[in-house]
Amino acid sequence: MRAVITVIGKDMVGILAKVSTKCAQHNANVIEVTQSVLQDLFAMIMLVELSGLDCEFSALVDEFIKLGEEIGLSIHTMHEDIFNSMHRI
Amino acid sequence: MYNTSDILETIRMIQNEHLDIRTITMGISLLDCADSDIGRSCDKIYRKITTRARDLVSTGEDIERKYGIPIINKRIAVTPIAMLLGASGGDPVLYAKTLDRAAKAVGVNFIGGYSALVHKGFSPGDEALIASIPDALSLTDFVCASVNVGSTKSGINLDACRIMGEAVRQSAVKTVDRECIGAAKLVVFCNAPEDNPFMAGAFHGPGEPDCVINVGVSGPGVVRAALAGQESKNITEIADIIKRTAFKITRMGQLVGTEASARLGVPFGIVDLSLAPTPAVGDSVAYILEEIGLEQCGAHGTTATLALLNDAVKKGGVMASSKVGGLSGAFIPVSEDAGMIAAASSGALCIEKLEAMTAVCSVGLDMIVIPGDTTAEVIAAIIADEAAIGMVNAKTTAVRVIPAIGKKEGERLSFGGLLGYGPVMKVNKNSPAKFIGRGGQIPAPLQSLKN
Repeated sequence: MRAVITVIGKDMVGILAKVSTKCAQHNANVIEVTQSVLQDLFAMIMLVELSGLDCEFSALVDEFIKLGEEIGLSIHTMHEDIFNSMHRI
Repeated sequence: MYNTSDILETIRMIQNEHLDIRTITMGISLLDCADSDIGRSCDKIYRKITTRARDLVSTGEDIERKYGIPIINKRIAVTPIAMLLGASGGDPVLYAKTLDRAAKAVGVNFIGGYSALVHKGFSPGDEALIASIPDALSLTDFVCASVNVGSTKSGINLDACRIMGEAVRQSAVKTVDRECIGAAKLVVFCNAPEDNPFMAGAFHGPGEPDCVINVGVSGPGVVRAALAGQESKNITEIADIIKRTAFKITRMGQLVGTEASARLGVPFGIVDLSLAPTPAVGDSVAYILEEIGLEQCGAHGTTATLALLNDAVKKGGVMASSKVGGLSGAFIPVSEDAGMIAAASSGALCIEKLEAMTAVCSVGLDMIVIPGDTTAEVIAAIIADEAAIGMVNAKTTAVRVIPAIGKKEGERLSFGGLLGYGPVMKVNKNSPAKFIGRGGQIPAPLQSLKN
């Protein structure tokens, strides 16, 4: 299964590194990354493959919420199907 | 890869605009629990509900985590208990207590189906159940009751309207120490749907399979946000925006319903594509109407804008789901909608206008607080009026009014949680007692010569 990790907040050094490190720790393979900075607002969207994940998906969701709180960003980890069903017919 | 703006739109809908799945409701048939001994019947019911719905709450929570979308309520609807009571006899409140116990055991927050279908007359089970409703609702926490008193094919049972007027009043009287909450758990229907997942009117119709998963979506905040800033659009374009938004909301319901049904091994029933408001600021159907262009909900133009909204929601939603059912449309529960509460408090919205609105919205007079001295006959006549609108227009209508015992116009009742709070609204006190006292059946309407 694949999930979309969305990071939104104030731009700072090392956001991509922190999030991808966490993915690597749990054997989640990053397939694609797009990011944009509009004025000060940073938005990064990461598509990850989770077939080799070494923990429960919900545990990964929690870890990213925790990481987001630590660095003052909002991080959402959601199964890709929610975007498929909402935006594709 | 996904379009960045699509992903951010989804997250914005959930985070800022209160998009959620309002309820996953498991419908469970209790017909195979019927027994001539009420004790045995209750044992079977408890066993069946706690087996079938054992994993309902945890499955809902898992799905919530997986997709990052809140699922607010997990609920159960069962076969109308009057059918089982007909077989067993005995004290109907035993059934209510059993349902309450089973609901608490599996962790759901409401269980619907303390119900009777009497649109054409009463069986002994129906009569006993209806007589017990005020007690049942005051002695339980999670049980919801509903009674169907009319239909387009059979007309309106006026005796049932009279009895239900009294039942609504007594349900409030018996729970006067708890803000008259009993009456908030009692719905009187015309053309009741058998697969409605929303409380308090949910029951598992006799035509349904043994067990089924129905899903109710929500999202008035999302529709209002989509309409914000569209000042230059004409009303046709507004209808299109609502349709597109309703499509996206309903897709969530379809996704969650399909997944829940696969995980629980239970057939997927329907998505009910209702816009269900909550008292949270921004999650209001009234605000949508105001965004379209009314100074306040209740103004002239409210019925027309609501008709457009209700129809556009259906058109968008039908395309998004393989199975649509339930009530599907826009709800207008006064105490559960911040904009309606404000309009009722300021005097912009009155019961007569709400009655007109029910001719074009998905349900009826819902969560309206009325003065404590309103007589049972007046409540019965409110029910009869509402049933007449449903009967003639071949749609579901319902009445859920809460007599605020000991309170008068201008005061308010506060239920808390999703049920919200509401000001006591003015009711026309001229007596309909002679009409209600006549009893009998209002004949079914002609289905041709429609003008």
